[in-house]
Amino acid sequence: MTKVIKLKKGLDINLKGKPAGVVEESAPCEYYALVPDDFHGVVPKVVVKPGEHVDAGTPLMYDKNRPEIKFVAPVSGEVVAVNRGERRKVLDITIKADAEQTFVEFGKKSADELSGEQMKELLLQAGMFPFIKQRPYDVIANPDVTPRDIFVTAWDTAPLAPDFGFVLKGEEAHFQTGLDALRKLTSGKVYVGMPAKAPIAVSNVESVLFDGPHPTGNVGVQIQHIAPVNKGEVVWTMNAFDVLFIGRLLNKGVVDFSRLVAVTGSEVANPVYVRTCVGARIDSLLAGRLTPADYHRRIISGNVLTGTHISEMDYLRAPHSQLTVIPEGDDCHELFGWAMPGLKKFSVSHTYFSWLFPKKSYTLDARLNGGERAIIMSGEYDRVLPMDILPEFLIKAVLAFDVEKMENLGIYEVAPEDFALCEFVDTSKLEIQKIIRTGLDELMKEMN
Amino acid sequence: MKALRNYIDKIKPDFQPGGRFEKFQSVFEGFETFLFVPASTSKTGVHIHDSIDAKRTMSVVILALIPALLFGMYNVGYQHYMAIGQAASVSGWAMFLFGFLSVLPQIVVSYAVGLGIEFTAAQLRGHEIQEGFLVSGILIPMIVPVDTPLWMIAVATAFAVIFAKEVFGGTGMNVFNVALVTRAFLFFAYPSKMSGDAVFVRTSDTFGLGAGATVDNFSGATPLGQVATSTGESLHITNILGEPASLWDFFVGLIPGSIGETSTLAILIGAAILLFTRVASWRIMLSVFAGGLCMGYVAHLFASPVYPASLLTPVEQICLGGFAFAAVFMATDPVTGARTTAGKYIYGFLIGVVAIVIRVYNNGYPEGAMLAVLLMNVFAPLIDYFVVGRNMKRRIKRAAGTNA
Repeated sequence: MTKVIKLKKGLDINLKGKPAGVVEESAPCEYYALVPDDFHGVVPKVVVKPGEHVDAGTPLMYDKNRPEIKFVAPVSGEVVAVNRGERRKVLDITIKADAEQTFVEFGKKSADELSGEQMKELLLQAGMFPFIKQRPYDVIANPDVTPRDIFVTAWDTAPLAPDFGFVLKGEEAHFQTGLDALRKLTSGKVYVGMPAKAPIAVSNVESVLFDGPHPTGNVGVQIQHIAPVNKGEVVWTMNAFDVLFIGRLLNKGVVDFSRLVAVTGSEVANPVYVRTCVGARIDSLLAGRLTPADYHRRIISGNVLTGTHISEMDYLRAPHSQLTVIPEGDDCHELFGWAMPGLKKFSVSHTYFSWLFPKKSYTLDARLNGGERAIIMSGEYDRVLPMDILPEFLIKAVLAFDVEKMENLGIYEVAPEDFALCEFVDTSKLEIQKIIRTGLDELMKEMN
Repeated sequence: MKALRNYIDKIKPDFQPGGRFEKFQSVFEGFETFLFVPASTSKTGVHIHDSIDAKRTMSVVILALIPALLFGMYNVGYQHYMAIGQAASVSGWAMFLFGFLSVLPQIVVSYAVGLGIEFTAAQLRGHEIQEGFLVSGILIPMIVPVDTPLWMIAVATAFAVIFAKEVFGGTGMNVFNVALVTRAFLFFAYPSKMSGDAVFVRTSDTFGLGAGATVDNFSGATPLGQVATSTGESLHITNILGEPASLWDFFVGLIPGSIGETSTLAILIGAAILLFTRVASWRIMLSVFAGGLCMGYVAHLFASPVYPASLLTPVEQICLGGFAFAAVFMATDPVTGARTTAGKYIYGFLIGVVAIVIRVYNNGYPEGAMLAVLLMNVFAPLIDYFVVGRNMKRRIKRAAGTNA
C-alpha cells in the first residue's frame, strides 16, 4: 500500500534526553518481578509459592475471571516473595534469577503448521496473551472472541520513545513470524501501522503508512483511519515491540522476553538503548546513568504521557520498552510563575513566549503547573486528538455515565492513552485518562 | 524570595483545617498560588503538564483589555474637558488623570464586591478560588457609562455573581456571561442611569479635578443615541459640541460611550493579543464581525427613515457602540459560547446578525450587542447539540452500514 495517511492534529513535545542509537548491556540484574497492575482489569490468582523454583515460561498466576489467560515467569529462578498490599492485593511476584537460565520447552513451530485454535492455545500457555489487547475497553483480549481485525503499531510517537526500526535490527525474522502467528487469530486482516518516513518491510499483512505528530503512533488513532470500531465489533491490538515475543516463541521454542529499553529523559546523562528483560529491577538499568542532582526525581516506566511512576527498587513494567527520568519539581517554588514571559516553559497555547522557538527542547518536571478547575477553554482537546471524536463531549458523557451518549460519541473506539495529550494541554488540569479509564470499566461492567 | 517562602510556610498551618484562621483557607491558598507556582505534582495520568493554567489564561485576557481601558480613561477625560470647553488648554496627561480617577472607583467597587463573593463562595464550597472574576471584574466597569453610581455597580455585580454564576456552580458552569448580566441588570433596573444623553459624559468634577460649567452647545448623546432619534433621509452624527463626526472618529474612539467600548482601534489591539496567544477563538471573533457586516449590509440595502439606524453603512455599524467590544471580549467567552468548532461559526455569525437587527429594527434599544450575546448564550448549547448530534449520526450510520 503506497498511500500515506497524513495527520495534522497532535503534538510532539520536544523533551531533552532522546536516546542515541547505541545499545549497551544492562548491569547484572538479580531480581525480576511480575506486577499484576500492569494488566488492567485482571484479578490475579497466584499459583506459585515463595521458595519454589520456576523456569522461564512457568505460569506464575492467572486471571480469576479468565483462567485460560496465564502470566508466566520472564526468567528462571527462585520465587522469593509474593508481596501483598491492602486487602491482600497482589503487588508483585518477585523472582531471584538463576545464573544459568532454564526454560519451559514449547517446541519450535512454524506459523503455517498450526491452526487458529492451536495457535491461540500456544499463546495462552506461553503467557503471550497478556500482551494482546482489545478494543473496546482497552483490556487484555478475550480469547473466546474472534476479532474482526488485528492492528499492530510499529511506531511509537510518544515523547522520547524508542524507535521500533532500530530495535528491530537483527530480529526481522521474529517480527515476521509474530505477524504470521497473528494472522491465524483473525478472520479479517492484520494491519501494521508504520512511519511513512521509515517503513518496515513485512509481508502477508497490510502495511499502512502514517505521517504526523504524536498520537499518530497510537494504535487507536490508526484504527480510526483504517477501519473504525463500531458497536458490537471487537478488534485486537498489539505493540510491535511485543510481537517480537511471539515470533521468538515460535522460532526458538521457548519464551524470550528480552527487550531493548530506551533509557531516556533529561536526568539521564547518556540516553541510550539498554538490553534487558521484562520485569528487570530498575537499579540495573539506571546504575551509573543518571546525572548528579540535589533535587527530587521521578522515574517513569514507559513514557511521560502514559507511563507508570515507579521507584528505583521497582521493576520495568511489562508493557514498556522505555524508561524516563525527569525532575519531580515538588521542591522548587517559582515566584509569580503565571506572570513571567516564560521562555523556558513549554506551552502549546502561545501564552508563553517560548512558542517563538519551536525547535527548542525542554526539561519539564512533574508539576501540574496550576490548580484543577472546571472545563473553561474550548477546543483545546480537539487540537491534539486526530480522531473523529468530540473529546470534550465524550468526557462529559463519561462523567455523567450516559451510556447511550458514550456509545454514540465513540467510547468503543478509544483508550485512555489516546487522551494523554488532551490531559497534557488541559488548562483545567483534569485527570482525563483516569476519567476515560473509569468510563470504560463501568461500561464493561454494565455490558457484560 | 526565600524569606517570603519561609514566611508563608510558617503561617500556613494557621490556615489549614483546625488552625486559627481556617475560615480563610481558600483566601490564603488563593494568595499563595498567586505568589508561587503550586509545587503539587501529578498523581495519575500524564507526568508532565503544559505550563498554561487558568491564572495565565485570565491574565492574558486582562492584558488584552488594558489598551481599551487606558484609552477609555483618556476618553473620559477628553470628553469631560471638551464638555466644559477646556479641551484646548488641558494636556493629554491631565485628561488621562481625570479619566483614571473617574474610572478607578468603579474598578475598585466591582472587584471588591465580586471577589468578596467569590472568596466566600470558594470557602463555603471548600474550593480553590477561581480566577474567572478577575476578568469579569474589569469588564464590568468597561461596559457601563462613566456616571453610573457606584452603589448600582455594587448591587448589579453582586446580583450577577450570585445569580448568574455561583448558583450554577462557579466559573466554568455559568450559562450567561457574568459581565453582561451585570450590565443587563443595570439596564433594566435603572434604565435612566444606563441610557440617554446625560450619563455617557461626566460633566461634574472628579475629586475636585476638572471643575467647570458645560458649554452652551453641549449635548452628551452617543452617536447611536443620535441615530435613534434622527429623522429624515440622511444622518448627521456630531460630537458632543455639535461638530460633525467622521468614521475615523468612530474608529479611534474619541466619542461618548461606555468606558471601554468606544475605541475600535484599542479593542483591535486587544483582539490581536487574544488571537496571538490563542486564548480566544478566532472563529467566533471573525464570525461576529462577518455577521455584523452582512446584516449591516442588508439593513443598509433596504435603508429607510423609519429605521434610522439602517442609514448607517456596515462599517459604521461595527465601529459604533459596543459591537466591536462584544465581538472581541464578550462573544469569545468560552464558557458561555458554543464549544464545538462548527458551532462557533454559527454562534458568532448569529451574534453579529442579531446585534444589528436589534439595533436597527427595535427602536426601544439603540444598542443591541449586549442583548445579542446574552440571547446567543442561551442558544449556544442548542447549536452544540446539533453539531454533536451530527457526529453521533455519522457513527450510528457507519455502524449500521457494516453490521447490515
